[in-house]
Amino acid sequence: MASSSVLSVATQCVSRNASSLSINETHKGKAKLGGSTLRFSKSSGRISMTVAVNVSRFEAIPMAPPDPILGVSEAFRADTSDAKLNLGVGAYRTEELQPYVLNVVKKAENLMLERGDNKEYLPIEGLAAFNKATAELLLGADNPAIKEQRVATVQGLSGTGSLRLGAALIERYFPGAKVLISAPTWGNHKNIFNDARVPWSEYRYYDPRTVGLDFEGMIEDIKAAPEGTFVLLHGCAHNPTGIDPTPEQWEKIADVIQQKNHIPFFDVAYQGFASGSLDEDAASVRLFVACGMEVLVAQSYSKNLGLYAERIGAMNVISSSSESATRVKSQLKRLARPMYSNPPVHGAKIVANVVGTPALFDEWKAEMEMMAGRIKNVRQKLYDSISSKDKSGKDWSFILKQIGMFSYTGLNKNQSDNMTNKWHVYMTKDGRISLAGLSLAKCEYLADAIIDSFHNVS
Amino acid sequence: MAIRNSLSGQLLRRSSAVSGARFISSWFRSIEPAPKDPILGVTEAFLADQSPNKVNVGVGAYRDDNGKPVVLECVREAERRIAGSQFMEYLPIGGSVKMVEESLKLAYGENSEFIKDKRIGAVQALSGTGACRIFAAFQHRFHPTSQIYIPVPTWANHHNIWRDAGVPMKTFRYYHPESRGLDFSGLMEDIKNAPDGSFFLLHACAHNPTGVDPSEEQWREISSLIKVKGHFPFFDMAYQGFASGDPERDAKAIRIFLEDGHLIGLAQSYAKNMGLYGQRVGCLSVLCEDEKQAVAVKSQLQLLARPMYSNPPVHGALIVSTVLGDPELKNLWLKEVKVMADRIIGMRATLRENLEKLGSPLPWQHITNQIGMFCYSGLTPEQVDRMTNEFHIYMTRNGRISMAGLNTGNVGYVANAIHEITKSA
Repeated sequence: MASSSVLSVATQCVSRNASSLSINETHKGKAKLGGSTLRFSKSSGRISMTVAVNVSRFEAIPMAPPDPILGVSEAFRADTSDAKLNLGVGAYRTEELQPYVLNVVKKAENLMLERGDNKEYLPIEGLAAFNKATAELLLGADNPAIKEQRVATVQGLSGTGSLRLGAALIERYFPGAKVLISAPTWGNHKNIFNDARVPWSEYRYYDPRTVGLDFEGMIEDIKAAPEGTFVLLHGCAHNPTGIDPTPEQWEKIADVIQQKNHIPFFDVAYQGFASGSLDEDAASVRLFVACGMEVLVAQSYSKNLGLYAERIGAMNVISSSSESATRVKSQLKRLARPMYSNPPVHGAKIVANVVGTPALFDEWKAEMEMMAGRIKNVRQKLYDSISSKDKSGKDWSFILKQIGMFSYTGLNKNQSDNMTNKWHVYMTKDGRISLAGLSLAKCEYLADAIIDSFHNVS
Repeated sequence: MAIRNSLSGQLLRRSSAVSGARFISSWFRSIEPAPKDPILGVTEAFLADQSPNKVNVGVGAYRDDNGKPVVLECVREAERRIAGSQFMEYLPIGGSVKMVEESLKLAYGENSEFIKDKRIGAVQALSGTGACRIFAAFQHRFHPTSQIYIPVPTWANHHNIWRDAGVPMKTFRYYHPESRGLDFSGLMEDIKNAPDGSFFLLHACAHNPTGVDPSEEQWREISSLIKVKGHFPFFDMAYQGFASGDPERDAKAIRIFLEDGHLIGLAQSYAKNMGLYGQRVGCLSVLCEDEKQAVAVKSQLQLLARPMYSNPPVHGALIVSTVLGDPELKNLWLKEVKVMADRIIGMRATLRENLEKLGSPLPWQHITNQIGMFCYSGLTPEQVDRMTNEFHIYMTRNGRISMAGLNTGNVGYVANAIHEITKSA
């Protein structure tokens, strides 16, 4: 580019910004020119000047805070202490604290590799074989809702992506409707509904006095919400508390929701991981469907098939007629198309292969029981360690009553910080620990840390 | 646990008591059926067609000369290397760092100073769609009153993406129907008339759906004018390597803008050029003034991604970083991409020859002038309907033909059909 034309452009910039021209010649550097920046670079022996077009359009953009959950792992990785323990993100670890790829997943992947499947686009709604398998896994293959074709299933980007589709459906077709979410809930729920522009408020859930469920508060708040509110429920293994309603409580919750004409919206991220049984863990969802309610259900295979990074899940809408399900499915597709066009194929094929091949399915159930079993053992050991070491008489039995990957310790933010700063135990600031990241060998150490943080830090 | 078992027991009691369940009238009564997606709906219709002569020149997915989907050898090899060996732990919200690095090198240049100076805020994205969507959401969040200028025509999903992100759209002239080429003066006028500092969506190469690209000289003029107007150039590059067969050459427009000092935004996709369609792997990048800004921008892109999908899928990213990160595999990829591009360039020539040999009265040089996967045939929607109904040839109603769907076996049939339908036009 001839230097004269560069200077003429520079002049235009100057006249736009009405500032004087001053150039500091450096080998490589910048000089301010009104609102623009002159950039110098040395190329092939001569200094050439290019005017950076404007001050960046994104000049004023602030640094976003680290994600409260995923940021924990980053901090953990940076810690050099030998004693460090990552109880942050809910990712299953073996007793050796290694990540675990399920055997059935390896087998399924090898099958897929041998078959030499192509990599064509999936339809917008995802892999048909996956959609069928996931709905059947959730509801039971002989569920009347499936037989009557009342279930609209769309493959989604794990739990998050499926929830987002549901939220977008609510925003578009239920203008003004609110979502009621538990206090507390998974951190990302609020982000999802905020970004989807769906207003939300909370229902009481966790009772710090009992470290258990505030059932009356929950029922009261659900009753108080305006008719037609969406109620976000965790199907099993509540995140972050690990506190689930009892079967009787589920019945009452279903009654109230039905009476108030609310719409239940289930987040099922741990099917199989709570009790070890896939069917048992789906009981709450199946109850609501059996009551005749229309239900939204987001599913994830991140934990129970260890497919975290493949982003595989589903959004299901169980409605009152097959005709309605067809319409709803078409609109879910219309929401997905401008988000990502069609979902990733790899995880879907793994799930379809595992669930669809009887031998693999059985093997999966066994691995599921094994993983859930390890967590139950660790719970027991942690409880035993704390109870024997803590002489204060505090009741720690909530650890045993809670279920799933997480335990809500009842530690507050300062105490959680102490866990990290003094003991190198990484957890989220709400007091949640992921038992999936705990080994039997580390239970004693963790017990010491918890006791210290609880009693000596306010 | 006894407690859990009894929930199933109660469930049985409940369902038998509520057989023929009492339904409230559906919440979803007012939800209308959505229209079929204009592009992906074509493939659905094609699959349902029983005719042995059917041809799918609808969606832009590459096919070999036997009409079969292709998995690149470099991809297969990458998959063999990674199968079962990787733990599928969550990627960071911003995706695979390695894949993003390789993507930036491909787009900005192996030795790009911008990469060295860490001035690019970039995240792995859900292919091109996902990259555009995150950018649109980012634009909406930080420039809430801005609009996006899109070319006429453009890929149909661009409208959906910016609309659902809440960013209003304006258009600029692009395609010139009479010449089946570029309306360059219209384009320049519209760039000039747009208010200073507008956001412009540009196709880096192989414009979709027209196949009409500006020449290098025209790109330089566009770049100059956009610079004078202080517009923000956002590039959608879905076909790097696929247009000319040479990824460096296909990135020319971007390199021109970078030399000119623009701070660009860029969506990259590996759907076509690596055949990773269903893996949904791509990259979104924003060139910033300095490293600090790049870090801030990346953090905000992540903040948008987290409530959409938390973190992106790993499989496709591993394939890309394995292929691009290994010199041997990368060379193999470059060869394979050239084979794909050459086959398409060959099909363009053959289709045009056939039409001219059939004695078509209409001009067809635009078929070989246009570049990339698509050809804007000039067929009207009614003519397209005839192509489908009479000849079982499936394409989008804007007259766009996916050249990848043509092969030596069907090009004659398609030429014949086009001729039949247009000869009296």
